[in-house]
Amino acid sequence: MNATGAIQDPVPGKFDPAEVRSLFPALEREVYGKPLVYLDNAASSQKPQAVIDRLVRYYSSEHSNVHRGVHFLSREATDAYEAARKRAAAFVNAPSEPEVLYTRGTTEGINLVASSFGPLHVGKDDVVLVSHMEHHSNIVPWQMLCEAQGARVQAIPVSDTGEIVYEEFERLLAERVRLLAIGHVSNALGTVNPLKRMIRHAHDLGVPVVVDGAQAAPHMKVDVQELDCDFYAFSSHKMFGPTGIGILYGKAEHLETMPPWQGGGDMIETVTFEKTTYNEPPHKFEAGTPNIADVLGFASAIDFLEGVGQNRVAAYERDLLAYATERLSEIEGVRLIGTATDKASVLSFLIGDIHPYDAGTILDRLGIAVRTGHHCTQPLMRRFGIPGTVRASFALYNTFDEADALVAGVRRVKEMLG
Amino acid sequence: MLANMTANGTIQERAHDIVEEFGLFDDWMGKYEYLIEIGQALSPLDSRYKTKAYRIHGCQAQVWIRPEMKNGLVFYEGDSDALITKGLVALLVRVLSGQPPQEIVEADLEFLDRIGMKDHLSSTRRNGLASMVKQLKLFALAHTGSA
Repeated sequence: MNATGAIQDPVPGKFDPAEVRSLFPALEREVYGKPLVYLDNAASSQKPQAVIDRLVRYYSSEHSNVHRGVHFLSREATDAYEAARKRAAAFVNAPSEPEVLYTRGTTEGINLVASSFGPLHVGKDDVVLVSHMEHHSNIVPWQMLCEAQGARVQAIPVSDTGEIVYEEFERLLAERVRLLAIGHVSNALGTVNPLKRMIRHAHDLGVPVVVDGAQAAPHMKVDVQELDCDFYAFSSHKMFGPTGIGILYGKAEHLETMPPWQGGGDMIETVTFEKTTYNEPPHKFEAGTPNIADVLGFASAIDFLEGVGQNRVAAYERDLLAYATERLSEIEGVRLIGTATDKASVLSFLIGDIHPYDAGTILDRLGIAVRTGHHCTQPLMRRFGIPGTVRASFALYNTFDEADALVAGVRRVKEMLG
Repeated sequence: MLANMTANGTIQERAHDIVEEFGLFDDWMGKYEYLIEIGQALSPLDSRYKTKAYRIHGCQAQVWIRPEMKNGLVFYEGDSDALITKGLVALLVRVLSGQPPQEIVEADLEFLDRIGMKDHLSSTRRNGLASMVKQLKLFALAHTGSA
């Protein structure tokens, strides 16, 4: 057990999906009398027993409010809660713990930046630059900001393969761009964006960069110092941790000047009716009793993922994705949406002119969980002129057999609906 | 083996026929294949009616249903761009179209359960079957007493 009180399952020395898989009780389920093939990991991943046990133990014997009590339980909870922050900071290689804020998830992290940092940088007639492949949660908060400030959102075009058109990005940057908001990995296409290069370009023009890291954190090592991004938001629930908790990394220089987002307990230094002074970051941005249990569960998820080894995970998932892509492409009429050179985890496709909803319904009956629809990326779907896709998204516990099951399922869909 | 889509009979009688037809298939695949067949056989809705006014919300696929009162009875036609959804539309049209509004309002659609399509009624399913049923009944409700 470490300072966060994390429960760690013994992790095999060599990466073995079967062994890793056995740590996830939900994967033993059957649906419609068939073994569950869970390929909806981009929406949310399943949880290892260690994370589940951590939540149970916290509520069974450790629960108390943090940052408040002088008593034993409160001190113990506070220590574990802050140790988890240290854990999360190390996970993304943040330079210091106060640069790591707890949020409800990626969406809240982006909204926090848009609400607190946005108005300091974006004014009338300015531009917030996003890409055409962003998730709605990395579009709408910026539209709300722009509406309030009299600014506008511009989108970097995406190529037919689902990649940023880099020359267009450079051209757009030269406009009155005050902020760049970009996904690390596209949830609908799996494209890994060339963040390091984009961030360097943006910084050359003094443009701060906010990264939506929701789809990257479960699949690769994230290093915010190497990226040099100004903000990086991600969610616990997509990386084997509990729902309702996430991290917003922000550079200290920004967090210090940003006004608080929500008022309440814990975020203040002194309160009078005349003038309230605020606590230092990160507490300035964490009003009210936080989500203590899920923070601790999240720390266990980080231990799990780092225990397995993110580089090993990335290598395994790359092979799995390549295999599934190849096998699926053998089926006549299958059209892959998103064929970028650098991809992670996601296989988005259409089968002839079969509606994604029909395909998803049949796959579901075969025990295969995929997502269908627009994946909260309506502008991107319009860009490709399609109503949506069928999306299979892999995680470290998926097997080559499951990729085969998907391929067999798609063949069955074709027989029934083609 | 497709049955006559403009069958006569009460809601209950029509539902009973559907249950019997689906009863010929003993696994989910046969039932779904039949549902898809029923969807394919539904005459398409004239494209001028595929508008916002007739669109049913809450569906991942697009669904349109056009109700009409004729001689005190409610007639429905509908369509969808997804075949399974279209099959569900066809079943509702077959059971409810041409019935008196009061009967439609009071209709118990438990036949959907009996043919193995009950999970489509759950609000978490994004095919909007629940929304379809609600819209069909709301139109009928607005015309109760006008018969």
